[in-house]
Amino acid sequence: MCGIVGLFLKNPSLRSKLGAHLETMLIGMTERGPDSAGIAVYHSPVADDRCKLTLFNADTAYPWRNLAADLGKALNTKAEATQKGNHALLVAQADEEKVLPWIRTQHPDVRIMGYGQLMEVYKDIGLPAEVATRYGLKNMEGSHAIGHTRMATESAVTTEGSHPFTPAADMCLVHNGSLSNHNNLRKWLRKNGQEFDTDNDSEVAARYFAYRLSEGATLKEALEAGLKDLDGFFTFTMGTKDGFAVVRDGIACKPAVMAENDDWVAMASEFRSLAYLPNVEKAKIWEPAPSTVYTWSLQ
Amino acid sequence: MNVIDLTKTPLREVNQRLQSISADSNERLWKLTNLHGEHACAVGLTQPIEVHIDGHIGYYCAGMNQEATVVIHGQCGMGVAENMMSGEVRVKGNASSAAGATGQGGLLVIEGDAGTRCGISMKGIDIVVGGSVGAMSGFMAQSGSLVVCGDAGASLGDSIYEARLYVQGKVESLGSDCVEKKMTPHHLAKLERLLKKAGIDADPKKFKRYGSARKLYNFHVDNASSY
Amino acid sequence: MSAPTNTPFYTPPRFSATFDQHSIAEIQRAAATGIYDIRGAGTKRRVPHFDDLLFLGASISRYPLEGYREKCGTNVVLGTRFAKKPIELKIPVTIAGMSFGALSGPAKEALGRGATAMGTSTTTGDGGMTPEERGHSQILVYQYLPSRYGMNPNDLRKADAIEVVVGQGAKPGGGGMLLGQKISDRVAKMRNLPKGIDQRSACRHPDWTGPDDLTIKIQELREITNWEKPIYVKVGATRPYYDTALAVKSGADVVVLDGMQGGTAATQDVFIEHVGLPILAAIRPAVKALQDLDMHRKVQLIVSGGIRNGADVAKALALGADAVAIGTAALIALGDNDPKWEEEYKKLGTTAGAYDDWHEGRDPAGITTQDPELAARLDPVKAGHRLANYLAVLTMEAQIIARACGKSHLHNLEPEDLVALTVESAAMAGVPLAGTSWIPGQGGGY
Repeated sequence: MCGIVGLFLKNPSLRSKLGAHLETMLIGMTERGPDSAGIAVYHSPVADDRCKLTLFNADTAYPWRNLAADLGKALNTKAEATQKGNHALLVAQADEEKVLPWIRTQHPDVRIMGYGQLMEVYKDIGLPAEVATRYGLKNMEGSHAIGHTRMATESAVTTEGSHPFTPAADMCLVHNGSLSNHNNLRKWLRKNGQEFDTDNDSEVAARYFAYRLSEGATLKEALEAGLKDLDGFFTFTMGTKDGFAVVRDGIACKPAVMAENDDWVAMASEFRSLAYLPNVEKAKIWEPAPSTVYTWSLQ
Repeated sequence: MNVIDLTKTPLREVNQRLQSISADSNERLWKLTNLHGEHACAVGLTQPIEVHIDGHIGYYCAGMNQEATVVIHGQCGMGVAENMMSGEVRVKGNASSAAGATGQGGLLVIEGDAGTRCGISMKGIDIVVGGSVGAMSGFMAQSGSLVVCGDAGASLGDSIYEARLYVQGKVESLGSDCVEKKMTPHHLAKLERLLKKAGIDADPKKFKRYGSARKLYNFHVDNASSY
Repeated sequence: MSAPTNTPFYTPPRFSATFDQHSIAEIQRAAATGIYDIRGAGTKRRVPHFDDLLFLGASISRYPLEGYREKCGTNVVLGTRFAKKPIELKIPVTIAGMSFGALSGPAKEALGRGATAMGTSTTTGDGGMTPEERGHSQILVYQYLPSRYGMNPNDLRKADAIEVVVGQGAKPGGGGMLLGQKISDRVAKMRNLPKGIDQRSACRHPDWTGPDDLTIKIQELREITNWEKPIYVKVGATRPYYDTALAVKSGADVVVLDGMQGGTAATQDVFIEHVGLPILAAIRPAVKALQDLDMHRKVQLIVSGGIRNGADVAKALALGADAVAIGTAALIALGDNDPKWEEEYKKLGTTAGAYDDWHEGRDPAGITTQDPELAARLDPVKAGHRLANYLAVLTMEAQIIARACGKSHLHNLEPEDLVALTVESAAMAGVPLAGTSWIPGQGGGY
């Protein structure tokens, strides 16, 4: 049960306002998801020889600095951690392929929310407005961002299994709907080397697309393959390092509205999240058609 | 005009007030402001009052309307005027999916575009769309008329019963059992009346009419591939 | 092999257990006609059911109540969560949704009369509310269905409760089909469709799918009815834990859970027999969902599908339901499948007790028909009286069991009052196998 939003800026002069706009959009989805919220922001890239990771531990007194220092020693490099709420942003002068296994083995109590050179991911409980404030969304600059609000279906409200799912470097996916063939797909993806963190159907979709991209498919090709292989109901919004995409299943029951002008492209579960974007009244507004892939990429 | 600011009066109270206006009251004209996409606004009205909604609105606006005129000065969410019985609902902007779903009477005018499944299972309502409609519009439409001045998305009129569909622009594809039909003078006159009533300027002669081939009206195994 | 005449030793003809007579007949019918079997009623094959559970009556460790003397309460209040006007049933047995169209006018009237006499509710069905039904039902639940046939806001306001139907036990995930021969002028008018054509009932609602949008739909229904009426959400039993949790999250006052034995007016036999859970297997997961959300007894649970006698009622309540609904049993009480029509059942190629072609509209008992002559056979007053008798017996039987277990109210029955006769039913009901303390499947499920 959820609301999803996404914003992709075509005009670089708007980048300083990315977080502020996404915050408004996210708050518009409060009723669809008052329990928790998640955001992925493509934001201040690190240098080519570095990677950044968003890490999570529920304990706000978690020794993030020690973790960064230990990592620096182990890999004989520089690493720095900045705490944000119960998350931390870790930047290391190393390949993510070395950093990821080190964290997984040395700090199994830490959850890796996302990684890459651009993407930062924060997921936390509370109203969307509270979560946005806690992580300073308003002040985040960048090219594109995706958000998700969640109405938890279990009694315990946690961020386990919450969106966005981040199956690969600088890649994220949010989903509204319910897949009907995710169990078989998960088995097939496992055989093909994908590892899973949850039994969530949306994670299967995320890893499916990551797998297709890793095989060399373009974003459009990956999504088109998904239309053939994923069964059930879905409205997906996806971000990659330089791309943004929206796709709905052939029946298109789960809501989605899009708006586009020369400066930006936005999607949301309901129009209320688009209503305050700059010059929205002159934007092209439409409902994404069933079984149709929409993609945008940075020039 | 009575103006209600939704930041000051909760929606439940607003609906309650609009629903309980007595037949002889002279409070006929209402304006709702600061709605911010609220759902189920101006639903279940039963009196011939006029309600103007100043801004964008969420799901099921003017749902099950009887007698009232509701004008939405903005965009609206899923199921606007769903199951409308009578009266008129007008959307100045675009409407989302399932506009006028299962409507039994009255007139729904969407000046912009409508999303997927516009007029799904319509049961007598007249819908006039100034722009285009999305895929699966007129799905299982039972009766009434759906007029589309722009284009229609894929599978128009799938499994349609006796509703009449009029489209001026191009139709991406027709659904099962939906076929183009002859535009008779009777239909032309009906379409002209509808466009006029909706206040939309279009030439009825440029429209094509679609309706049921009536081949799926009784189950037959030879049609199995259509089910 | 035919028996040789000159030897007493030969193998008599042997039928296959796999290709039994029914399977062979179905293959032959399918080959001849090219169409699957459509019928009414619920599952006919044997599935694990309440019969495999037994109550542990009182003895020395527990003390019974005196039958016929000491009071054993039976009332139930539904819709206490959000509705301004919850409804109170005097007995925890209500009449399930059945449409005018599937049933004749007199049959709907008889259901109303019988239920009203016993202080319980009836439910409309696909096709809208008839004045007869409203007039003769003191408490009437209005179904809000995907097809919205006959859906009218005036009737919505006349109802005492609203049931948003997501699915039913006989065909969870499926819609319906009312065949053309049952579409009389009146049925056609109520559904805004031409006479004589097959009427498809959709399997999804036209303007919402999923729990997030259901939340908004429920809000709309409440806004239109001034937050007065209890809102039920009815689901067919398939994933009862999640469906119950999501119905609660979406704002339901009452969850209605229909097992695979629940009847239908018309669906494919393969759907009836092969999709969904027996009600026995569905109650505990649904109750667990309510308990996990701290909503057990706050959001009431009505279960249905194969309820026949007071023991079934008592067992459903003991497993955690607040009330049960009956459909097929109510039709039988009215006179469906009565042996007095045996000659006519034979003409239809069936026999009393097996008649299930409810969709064809030729019901000799005048219940599942729109033929005026056949419908006139059912006297709604007498049939209503029979239903009231039956409801009284169901209630008294449940009370007999409850008193024997020392309960002064049916709602105090608990799973711990039950044991199971088979490993299957023990696992499904989450109660110990009789004579043991073993509950199979515990730890692995709900």
